Amino acid sequence: MDFISAFMVNSTVQAITPILLAALAGSLCARVGVFNIAMEGQLLIGAFCAVAGSHYTGSAAVGVAAALVGTVVFSLILAYGATVFRGDAVVICIGMNLLASGLTAYLLRQLFGVSGVFSDPNIAELAKIRIASIQSIPWLGWIVSRQTVLTYLSWALTALVAYVLYRTPMGLRLRGVGEDPEAAGTMGIDVRRYRVVTVLAAGALTGLGGAQLSLGTVGIFSEDMSAGRGWIAVVAVMLGRDNPLLAALACVLFGIADALSVKLQAQGLPNQLTDIVPYVVTLAALVISYRRKRGTRLA
Amino acid sequence: MQMVELETAGIVKRFGTLVANDGIDLSVARGEVHAVMGENGAGKSTLMSILYGMQAPDEGSILLRGQEVRFRSAVDAIDHGMGMVHQAFKLFNSLTVWENVVYGREPRRGPALDRRAAIAQVGALAERFRLSVDPTARVGDLSVGVRQRVEILKALYRDARILILDEPTAVLTPQERDGLFDVIRTLKADQRTILFVTHKLHEVMAITDSVTVLRQGRVTERMATRDTTPAEIIRAMTGRVVNLTVDRKPATPGAAVLDVQGLTVGTGAKPVVDKLSFRLHAGEIVGIAGVAGNGQTELIEALTGLRRPDGGRVTLSGRDVTEADVEAHRAAGLAYVPEDRAVTGTARAASAADNLLMGYQRKAPFTEGLRLNAKAVAEHARRLIGRFGVKIADETVLVGTLSGGNLQKVVIARELTHQAPLLIAEQPTRGVDVGAIEFIHAELVAERDRGRAILLVSAELSEILALSDRILVMYEGRILADLPAGAADEDRLGLLMAGRTGQAA
Ligand SMILES: Nc1ncnc2c1ncn2[C@@H]1O[C@H](COP(=O)(O)OP(=O)(O)OP(=O)(O)O)[C@@H](O)[C@H]1O
Ligand SMILES: [Mg+2]
Repeated sequence: MDFISAFMVNSTVQAITPILLAALAGSLCARVGVFNIAMEGQLLIGAFCAVAGSHYTGSAAVGVAAALVGTVVFSLILAYGATVFRGDAVVICIGMNLLASGLTAYLLRQLFGVSGVFSDPNIAELAKIRIASIQSIPWLGWIVSRQTVLTYLSWALTALVAYVLYRTPMGLRLRGVGEDPEAAGTMGIDVRRYRVVTVLAAGALTGLGGAQLSLGTVGIFSEDMSAGRGWIAVVAVMLGRDNPLLAALACVLFGIADALSVKLQAQGLPNQLTDIVPYVVTLAALVISYRRKRGTRLA
Repeated sequence: MQMVELETAGIVKRFGTLVANDGIDLSVARGEVHAVMGENGAGKSTLMSILYGMQAPDEGSILLRGQEVRFRSAVDAIDHGMGMVHQAFKLFNSLTVWENVVYGREPRRGPALDRRAAIAQVGALAERFRLSVDPTARVGDLSVGVRQRVEILKALYRDARILILDEPTAVLTPQERDGLFDVIRTLKADQRTILFVTHKLHEVMAITDSVTVLRQGRVTERMATRDTTPAEIIRAMTGRVVNLTVDRKPATPGAAVLDVQGLTVGTGAKPVVDKLSFRLHAGEIVGIAGVAGNGQTELIEALTGLRRPDGGRVTLSGRDVTEADVEAHRAAGLAYVPEDRAVTGTARAASAADNLLMGYQRKAPFTEGLRLNAKAVAEHARRLIGRFGVKIADETVLVGTLSGGNLQKVVIARELTHQAPLLIAEQPTRGVDVGAIEFIHAELVAERDRGRAILLVSAELSEILALSDRILVMYEGRILADLPAGAADEDRLGLLMAGRTGQAA
């Protein structure tokens, strides 16, 4: 059966990476009671910093490092705004998304003198790692091999985040902070510190996601290139009910829906129709999970 | 002479102009159960939160085993061997019992949480102090009594030598209370010290060794329990004699106000409320007795419009309200004192005046066109505060700062003054002092005599027996017995509540 080609599977896995990293970030934040919907902006900042770092040094590694630092610094707004300054997380996140969009467009003009799209031979892309022993296996070779280091890392991080959350003392404390900060406080937990650190760690995750976005395929930055991925990650967080493993599953589902829409388009269906496939899947998933959650009590 | 475990000297705590604690000297011996009593607002909870490091005293000192200590926080107090079970539990509902207990002090194995060791430790602790709890159960699934045990376990896991229990029995069924008393005895045998805040005299007599009575922030009396009587404690608390029995004439029931036919909540073979039928008439008080969890909560939710029934019919003052929402119920003539005063009963961030107005806001004279008449609202509030003896600086104070019993009085005051034909009162005297119980009971009887129908739900059998003209015993969602007041006593109700009808005939 060749409905979906092996190559397409490869690009789907690759496309899932930024969404997955953002969804992990969102799940972590939700766990400490900070409703983070700034992943769209965080991805964008990460993507920009990665391209800038890579462009100036010719090293993709430096690009990734720049993305990490840049996004963590950007996330300070949420980390302190929602804790020390007691701001409303949703309002702060909306502001951050707008800021990210405007700021990257502005810097694009100031630093590189272009608007819209910036591509340059100096931008070093992330290398695709080929695993010799697996590469020749049909299908699996395309899924597991020929990916960037960030894609491998994102799945390792999924496991790590789940391990930390459910198997370590720190994870237990994090979950407690999100469920009832007052109760956690009475048990001697510094709620504010846990929140700040978690939001910054989430910033690092989205930074990696951004780097994958701009350096993962062809080294390029275009305005608003996160293009809704951060929002899809928000939905994944909600579908996964703050569980990183379920959120990862939701990301895979979106990836498949996305690939499906590309495939349907190739089959000759109008793209206005095929473009809605991922969103229909999203809505359907939301409705199903809502129905499962609903109780009988009215008030 | 026993060793003194805990002492305070001249503790003063002020909130603005209000002096909640006014020079309190307390002395508690090691291994004793020490009652702290006093009217609502006397300053008991304030004193306890100072002893637990949650508030700093303005003056005075705390001595622990002879050493002066200064707690900077609750964590600091915990490190000094203090433990406290708050009335509002501070538990994580989605986590398991063991996770709640070890939270913040987890046993580790390498970087990971040592789950097995944690479960074993919690299990061992529970067994040692006879707190029967399954360490792996999810806290959200547990009953109130078991949750309280989890709170006690939390304190014991941190090796609390002194355990503060602030009105621990207010939310318990009689059976759960007996279980708690067993635990307290085990703790005492282990030379742990217990500070026990309560309004219930029979509990003081049953479980404590000595009593400190507070009045308006001061200590009025210290006594050994075995040398005192309930009457003496009441006099120390209130400065007067309180009538503990309710005077009332036989009821003269009128027309049916509430008619419940075949009411069902829940589906399947065993619904929570199972085809239940009864009538409630004007001018009578009907009490609902039953062990918690036999459908009382769901019945009341269905009767007040908080939950839609799955079958049957409810008629209120001749109107079919089976499918109606809360507002429609209220419009048809319902006043309701909910079980949970802090969450359902009041808006904590609103003033007393606003809380006392709720439900009247569309009526004259409180509303003029689109505007509220602030003067009428304030007057109304002042009148109720005076009549029900709510201890509060003035009507603009936010009710969130009120003591537990005073908050309850706000709810009672509001609902009793609604001239609705039906009053549903759930645990109307939970957490209020003896003087206020006397008053609230007298008010309920007076409302009955004015022709109101009153449905009373209470975990206190003594309250049911004192007030009801008729008692319905609920068991597994059904009414097992419908007794006239004269035919009921504690023993007979106890048997019925356990589902045994045979012996009761
Ligand atoms: N944070 C606060 N701000 C202002 N006033 C307060 C605060 N905490 C308590 N008070 C007031 O101090 C007084 C004592 O309250 P406290 O809660 O200690 O009473 P209590 O003896 O525990 O009463 P109850 O039996 O009703 O629980 C009350 O008048 C209360 O309104
Ligand atoms: Mg109190």
